[in-house]
Amino acid sequence: MKEIRELNLALGPTAEKWELLRNASDPFGERMTLQMGPQHPATHGVLRLELETDGEAVTRLTPHIGYLHRCFEKVAENVSYPQIVPYADRLDYVAAMNMSLGYVLTVEKLMGIEVNERVKTIRVICAELNRIASHLIALATNALDIGAWTPFLLLFQEREHVLDLLEELSGARLLYNYVCIGGLAFDLPEGWTAKVREFCDYFDPKIPELNDLLSNNKIFIERTGNVGVLPPDIAIAYGVTGPNLRGSGVKWDLRKDEPYSGYEAYDFEVQVGTGEMGQVGDCWDRYMVRVREMEQSVKIIRQALDRLPEGDVKEKIPRSFNKMPVGECYVRTEAPRGEIGFYLVSDGKKTPYRLKARSGCFTAISALPAFAPGCLIADLVAIVASIDIVLGEVDR
Amino acid sequence: MTAEKISQRLLAAGVTAEFKPTTPDPHLEIQREELLQVALLLRNDPDLAFDSLMCLSGLDWPNRLEVVYNLFSFKHRHKITLKVRCPKDNPIVPSVAQIWPTANFHEREAYDLIGVRFEGHPDPRRILLPDDWEGHPLRKDYQPPEFWHDIPVTVQLPTAIDEGN
Repeated sequence: MKEIRELNLALGPTAEKWELLRNASDPFGERMTLQMGPQHPATHGVLRLELETDGEAVTRLTPHIGYLHRCFEKVAENVSYPQIVPYADRLDYVAAMNMSLGYVLTVEKLMGIEVNERVKTIRVICAELNRIASHLIALATNALDIGAWTPFLLLFQEREHVLDLLEELSGARLLYNYVCIGGLAFDLPEGWTAKVREFCDYFDPKIPELNDLLSNNKIFIERTGNVGVLPPDIAIAYGVTGPNLRGSGVKWDLRKDEPYSGYEAYDFEVQVGTGEMGQVGDCWDRYMVRVREMEQSVKIIRQALDRLPEGDVKEKIPRSFNKMPVGECYVRTEAPRGEIGFYLVSDGKKTPYRLKARSGCFTAISALPAFAPGCLIADLVAIVASIDIVLGEVDR
Repeated sequence: MTAEKISQRLLAAGVTAEFKPTTPDPHLEIQREELLQVALLLRNDPDLAFDSLMCLSGLDWPNRLEVVYNLFSFKHRHKITLKVRCPKDNPIVPSVAQIWPTANFHEREAYDLIGVRFEGHPDPRRILLPDDWEGHPLRKDYQPPEFWHDIPVTVQLPTAIDEGN
């Protein structure tokens, strides 16, 4: 028992700690099983983590998912291609634009549709605005789970501005159904670009404010620095993607490395974790990657607004979806929570033969048992918050 | 490296890898007895170095089940799609969870929804549905049970509307 308690106090590489804990004996039968969730304020929805604990230390962890399974893939086999767009929105309901964009690009690849520059640019603006909104939620709930209440209110207030913009654009606040196969549901409303510009100018100084309030806060750093270190090799092996992978120091961003929707034309930096407050890949790195990505998103939006060309946003929408080409493809895009990939098999009928959604949160949860054990229960809350999962995307 | 070249390389190494030019993404057809051998070759050969399994899906065709592997290499930035077939009365495919840990959850999902059994999987349980659920819902001929623990199971799937002419 003594060895485990000493181990809990010593900060060190998580993999080693885990190895020791796994092999440590339990002579007094003090280990106990604890169910964290499915109703737990810090699991971001209905996730159940089955923990084996020794005192305050987590020695084993098994995630149980499926509480929010909504049969997306089964439904997709029964409805026509354009009817799937609103269902795709509901995968990751706080980043709906990115979800429908991923699905729409998959179908466009199957049908061989190349949309015009205006559509591409507007899609980039929407995706980046939604990325900011989504990262704001991620940071806000991350702070809240650790016990900081003020940033939560502040960041949700900023998010309202983004939601107002997207509401004016599409008519909905969360689930937009705006991106459609071959184009967009409507063109931009009058005066909208000026409002987006205004938002960019307003939002820029908010990030240093957030850094003063939270990122460089001593208590926050103590809670997140050196906690939950995800080594890059484990991250790649388990298919962790997005900000979680970049937090581990891997410079990989599909917007840069496999550009889609015209991202190759934008000038922005891929942000990676550098271990400023501890080790590379700790909770603070994953948090900070998201903060810095919001700055880059603003930069992309500004460039997109500068170049926004004229054009018809409905030009390439097919007249009929009743006869589809036979084929199959896998397309992945960079959503705020990692790679969202769609594997689509078409047999030529008006409904897909098979549509599989591969989500970034699903693989992030699968990596939890590999790097989280060895931490304290309170740190596990910080780890789960920092990998930023949305259960809608996990369970589909 | 393109799919055709990868197929030739696998053939040179003594395994069958039939190149199928499906559009827009081509794929390679692998024998299930040779799957582990192929997977190790793809991961360990320095010229191929497929270190990332992007996606693993199960597919239900009228006369067979299929498992699809979408692979990617961070080192060379190339991709390949593999397909393995198995008959419906003996739906067993070797597990690649030891080679690419991503497969762990994805194989559990393929077992849960399609009903492919993965031999050698470290944790072969259902993942999305309850452990005592019967049947595999993504099979085309699936009929949901009427009750589950005395709870009525009501399933109303939406139907496709005609889009255009």
